[in-house]
Amino acid sequence: MSNAASTDHASPHATGGPFAGLRIWFTMLAICLEERLVYRGDFIIGTLMRFLPIVTQVFLWTAVFNATSKADIAGYSRNDIVAYYLLTMVTRAFSSMPGLSGGISRSVRDGSVKKYLVQPVDYVAYLLAARIAHKLVYYIVAILPFAGVFYVCRSYFPPVPDAVTIVAYVLSLVLSFLLGFFMEATLGMLGFWFLEVSSIIFAYMLVQYLLSGHMFPIDMLADIPTGIAGVSIADVIRWLPFEYTAYFPAAVWLGKIQGATLARDLAIEAGWVVVMAVACRIAWWRGTRRYSAFGG
Amino acid sequence: MHNSNRGGPVDTDGAAVITVDSLAKEYRVYDKPEGLLASVTGLFHRTNRLVEALRGVSLTVGRGEFVALLGPNGAGKTTFLKLLSGIITPSRGTARVLGHVPWERTDDFRRRFALVMGQRNQLWWDLPAAESFRLHKEIYRIEPARFDRTRDELVDLLGVRKLMLQPVRELSLGERMKLELVAALLHEPEVLFLDEPTIGLDVVAQHTIHGFLKAVQAERRVTVVLTTHYMKDVAALCERVVVITHGSILHDGPLGEIVDRFTTHKIVTLDLDATPAPGQMERFGFPCEIRGPRVTLRIDRTRIADVLPEILRSESVRDVSVEDVPLEEIVATLFRAGAAAPMAEATA
Repeated sequence: MSNAASTDHASPHATGGPFAGLRIWFTMLAICLEERLVYRGDFIIGTLMRFLPIVTQVFLWTAVFNATSKADIAGYSRNDIVAYYLLTMVTRAFSSMPGLSGGISRSVRDGSVKKYLVQPVDYVAYLLAARIAHKLVYYIVAILPFAGVFYVCRSYFPPVPDAVTIVAYVLSLVLSFLLGFFMEATLGMLGFWFLEVSSIIFAYMLVQYLLSGHMFPIDMLADIPTGIAGVSIADVIRWLPFEYTAYFPAAVWLGKIQGATLARDLAIEAGWVVVMAVACRIAWWRGTRRYSAFGG
Repeated sequence: MHNSNRGGPVDTDGAAVITVDSLAKEYRVYDKPEGLLASVTGLFHRTNRLVEALRGVSLTVGRGEFVALLGPNGAGKTTFLKLLSGIITPSRGTARVLGHVPWERTDDFRRRFALVMGQRNQLWWDLPAAESFRLHKEIYRIEPARFDRTRDELVDLLGVRKLMLQPVRELSLGERMKLELVAALLHEPEVLFLDEPTIGLDVVAQHTIHGFLKAVQAERRVTVVLTTHYMKDVAALCERVVVITHGSILHDGPLGEIVDRFTTHKIVTLDLDATPAPGQMERFGFPCEIRGPRVTLRIDRTRIADVLPEILRSESVRDVSVEDVPLEEIVATLFRAGAAAPMAEATA
């Protein structure tokens, strides 16, 4: 059979093959890794700073427990609370995306996004590779301080959960990474419509901080009614994406969510990942179309 | 089996690689009046206006041509290159590059051309260029053996083999530009768009890049379209010059033709024995500039054969040279002519 792809100039291009896309992606990942390693010093400082807010939270809750005679608040003992905060820190290490939305909107503003219009490469795939590299380097640097803190605080934790819970926990963490990534990437692509997205990012951060479980466990809101019979604030938040970027995996590890509820919530989390991935793709398509029409 | 019907875009030698027909691009810009009060009212009511960056440009470029786009700032040169590389969509008109509509941005098209914008880098800032090259190898799906060969050839042509292992941020502007060019050519594009490739570079670097582009173009029959403000680039590289002012093509033809068409004078420089007396040179009736014993006259091209012998007879001349008006000056005249043209249209 004649080679349909050949031209009169011998083509310099190897045939694609089904794994060509994957190979591009892994090369991107490798190069992003190298680039991140240039900044390892910055990472070490950043990692250590992360522990500071936790310390103040622990002090705050210690004061709260000292002031009350109760052994637990909304099902959390003092030990549970400390364990909870340490675990949300782990979730945030997966789901937080420092600089992602800002970086995307900046690349639109300063025009460096053009490169991804001219080259046969997918911007979202590139961003994902870059972010995974970012995270991997972060974990390499952060594993020691994290392990140290968890060792020191080991007495606060309940016994290690069963295998099913551990699998669900790991799955919820991976999904929280993807969810955080696609939410913030979509946010950054608003830069195609608005010149400056930092105030939008700030508003998002606020909502995220309140509803993700960063400040307190979401199930503490289970008794607060919304006005609709039988529906609490926590029930509403469950159907939003935010709690899956901090609260949910921590609650899974602590055994607060189990059985059918666990399966349902994992499905909600996975559903949000799909929704945000699609939203991100649409934002990119429409955004680049707008960019092409209005300026570039 | 004979492979005449390739199914893909047809681009045999000599045929057009780029065809552009009545291509136009308008931008809507917001007028922001000066002052705080105006800024506040601007929050509620904005006046916008259409800017015509390109007003119906048509041209055809054949395989292996080297075309320079000249024009003052804001003439529409970069808009034109952005349209041809598919970054922006036109308001009206059509364009085909290698048989593709550029702004459809198919991967097949994007593997066959390259765009280098002078001040934008496609190289990774913190890594050696060799790493960016490796990424290009994957993105453009270049065969490993071919990649090595092409890369070695290109870096040797530019003399930057050692530099490709150094982080890009440590390199000078000229060195970076050379490596950008290598990155752009690794996938052996058939069409190359260059937006002010020599901007800010010293003479030596400019010269190296000229030599490089010439060699690459000759060897690979790459079709090159370049925008520049440097007449040296044009003189060294381009047989064909397209002058764009106010979004329209003012002139399209060989460089020599511009000189013929738009110059009325020759520059005659005389070295006299002594500084001429006042009125001594002026009496020939041509604009002249006197610096000590050196006199520069602008003489009508049609009259030079009559006038020059007369001057040589009547003055004691040590040395004489006759030159064309510098290209810069011709182009400046052209730009001014272009600036006047739209007004003429408007009143017509």
